[in-house]
Amino acid sequence: MKEKSILEMRNITKTFPGVKALQGVDFTLCAGEIHALMGENGAGKSTLIKVLTGVYGKDGGEIYLKGIDGAVTIRSPQEAQKLGISTVYQEITLCPNLSVAENMYIGRGEGQLQNWKKMNRDADQILRSLDVPAQATQQLGSCSLAVQQMVAIARAVDMDCKVLILDEPTSSLDEQEVAKLFGLMRDLKARGVGIIFVTHFLDQVYEVCDKITVLRDGQLVGEYEIKDLPRVKLVSKMLGKELDDMSDIRSEEKEYEVKEGEVPVYEAEGLQSNSGIRPFNFYIKKGEVNGFTGLLGSGRSECVRAIFGADHVVSGSVKMKGKPVKITKPIDAMKNGIAYLPEDRKRDGIIGDLSVRDNIILALQVLKGFFKPFTRAEANKFADEYIKLLEIKTASADTPIKSLSGGNQQKVILARWLLTHPEYLILDEPTRGIDVGTKVDIQKLVLKLASEGMSVTFISSETDEMLRTCSRLVVMRDGKMVGELTGDQLTQSGIMNAIAGGEADE
Amino acid sequence: MSKKAENKEGFFRSLLRQQIFIPLAALLILAVFNLIMDPGFFRINLGPNSAGNMVLSGYLITILDYGSELAILAIGMTLVTAASGGQDISVGAAMAIAGSVVLRVLCGTNSRPDTLQAPIIVAFLISCVAAMLFGAFNGILVAYFKIQPMVATLILFTAGRSIAAWINNNELPIISDPVFGYFGNFIPGIPVPTPFFIAVACMIVIFLVLKFTNLGLYTQAVGINADSSRLNGLNPAFIKFITFVILGLCVAVAGFIKVSRLSSINYSVIAKDIEMDAILAVALGGNALGGGKFNMPASILGAYVIQFLTTTLYKFNVQSDALPAYKAVVVIILVVLSAPSVREYLGRIGKKYAGTRKEAA
Repeated sequence: MKEKSILEMRNITKTFPGVKALQGVDFTLCAGEIHALMGENGAGKSTLIKVLTGVYGKDGGEIYLKGIDGAVTIRSPQEAQKLGISTVYQEITLCPNLSVAENMYIGRGEGQLQNWKKMNRDADQILRSLDVPAQATQQLGSCSLAVQQMVAIARAVDMDCKVLILDEPTSSLDEQEVAKLFGLMRDLKARGVGIIFVTHFLDQVYEVCDKITVLRDGQLVGEYEIKDLPRVKLVSKMLGKELDDMSDIRSEEKEYEVKEGEVPVYEAEGLQSNSGIRPFNFYIKKGEVNGFTGLLGSGRSECVRAIFGADHVVSGSVKMKGKPVKITKPIDAMKNGIAYLPEDRKRDGIIGDLSVRDNIILALQVLKGFFKPFTRAEANKFADEYIKLLEIKTASADTPIKSLSGGNQQKVILARWLLTHPEYLILDEPTRGIDVGTKVDIQKLVLKLASEGMSVTFISSETDEMLRTCSRLVVMRDGKMVGELTGDQLTQSGIMNAIAGGEADE
Repeated sequence: MSKKAENKEGFFRSLLRQQIFIPLAALLILAVFNLIMDPGFFRINLGPNSAGNMVLSGYLITILDYGSELAILAIGMTLVTAASGGQDISVGAAMAIAGSVVLRVLCGTNSRPDTLQAPIIVAFLISCVAAMLFGAFNGILVAYFKIQPMVATLILFTAGRSIAAWINNNELPIISDPVFGYFGNFIPGIPVPTPFFIAVACMIVIFLVLKFTNLGLYTQAVGINADSSRLNGLNPAFIKFITFVILGLCVAVAGFIKVSRLSSINYSVIAKDIEMDAILAVALGGNALGGGKFNMPASILGAYVIQFLTTTLYKFNVQSDALPAYKAVVVIILVVLSAPSVREYLGRIGKKYAGTRKEAA
């Protein structure tokens, strides 16, 4: 091991059925450093963290800790904690109806809970030393989220942690709370704790971190000093595209007639939902394919959810083909010819135990009405038609959708919405977790639908996919719509500059 | 579920996988048990009853007769279970209320009237409205206030029998008109107990409703994935709510049969513990108590199997106080067998067995 490092992970490999989640990843953490772990979804960040904390067993590689000879094996989170590795998760995992002190000592098996007075005194001392604005006897649920995070951190610190993992701790905090949390992180850094910081917010990385390790598709891209890696570079490392890689020019497949003076199919003004995005204006024309781009958590999904009425819409006006309409819940949007393929297929898309057939007909059936069920024959006809059209691989239309592979599940959901013959189709990450062949199929399908006059919004984490399909990109950053790219601006570098913002802007 | 070409083994396997296999198997075990212990169990006689009608009697007729209320309740309970992922434990108490309302309307102000104060149909319809209102109360708590179904219905479970008593000022009304008794006993000239016909009518209604509306699809979709259902334009809360109202209607019908049997009511005893039997019927039908997919015929068959079990136990002179203990054994076996880990284990053993057989061949 190197002189200063307190944690070294060497050549870590982890495979899930069908997925190589980690392929020979190295990670080094030094004492007194805040180290950002970056990468898009599926890059392997959380797998790496879970291997380190003993949630998953690793398939290969070694983990070394300072002060321990030889590689260590970590079989459970409890073992990780004993070795001085603590994790604070995005969602508070403490018990909100216990007191702050109880939360700090629960589950530590030191008999601390038997002496309430001593426990409260000790807890207060730690909280004060870390400047956490909470009382030991206070109920945890009465503290703000940020303070709850801090209590979780204080608990970790008191357990003599040398490696502290913060997994997206700031995603539910406001700016002031984030500032407080950063204060605490710097304090711990000065005490020699090594902090692994997982976040999607670029600004925060540059504010508080010393080093960045970037992962992509389960592989290590590299470890960088923060000052050596400007934002744009970081984004390109995460997305896997070099800035000067301009070879990917938009394909020529696109051909749709945009008539002059035609009113947009959909138009929103000052639309805002309760999901934390700023009000935005948006329109889409007939036969247009547009996209929302931005890093994960930038608000791109929230925008389309607001358009579909999936989140609670708080303000704004919407017009369909020039006529004002009210869309406050999904059925309103569906009646107006909008379809939405959600980002989280498992949670929002599939009805797991129902058959492929029922999953396909569901949306159209709801539109048709409660008292007009399709006959068995009609339902089978629809199902067979789309199983064939989209080449869905399923044993039969009777098979429960949950037993299909992810890509085929996605096709079923796509079939469900195509069956409603929407005028405006919203696809949020339709190609995530899908093999390359199917990806191309879906892209082609999108372009074909558009050429037939359907308006499509296409969201993807993969920029080249967006470049191939979209003629206009709306750029999102931190919940705000910050710009729009069309024509010549639609290049990898253009997108990256726009996403990264900061110094690269204009 | 029509599989075209199945070889023998495949047929047996697919039967095993069919949901209705569970209550069928239970029924078969009970039938065989009775056949061995006393074949007289299956004897059916035709003879005059106390009222002088020629009627069928025998244990099987008793099962068909007394299983009716349970089968009717199982219909509603299945829908509630599917949509809300929980059960209504207040159905027994709600039946007391519905029955009490029927008697109140028929009796008017006098608790022992010589003639009915209102047509029976009117009394029945008013009790339907009352029971559906109480169902709606449960439904609102579950669907809109998002209270656990068992907890929400605990309120009516606790208060229901008092409300029932209060409706009749805690008097015990008795109806002397014999026509009222037809619904829970026999119609002169017809040897089959009337409740059976009522249950069959309910089954036909629910069959038609499931065929000609999307009730089945919607309740299952909401029960499996409420978030996803909402994004498909459904209103999960309303669908959960409506299943409780439907259960309320089932409760009214079952309660009507119950008071008709005696032409009177005993608030603390009427339909006692029937909620557990109704839930058990749903479970015995192989439906997941956590909601989602359901199989209505299996639930209804489950209800009759429960009644079969109860009747069998009575025949062997098990005290009614001891009945729940025996039923508990059945519940334990059912729950353990349907637990995912056990199923997986059984599946593995089955595979191994099939594997060794193949090797041998």
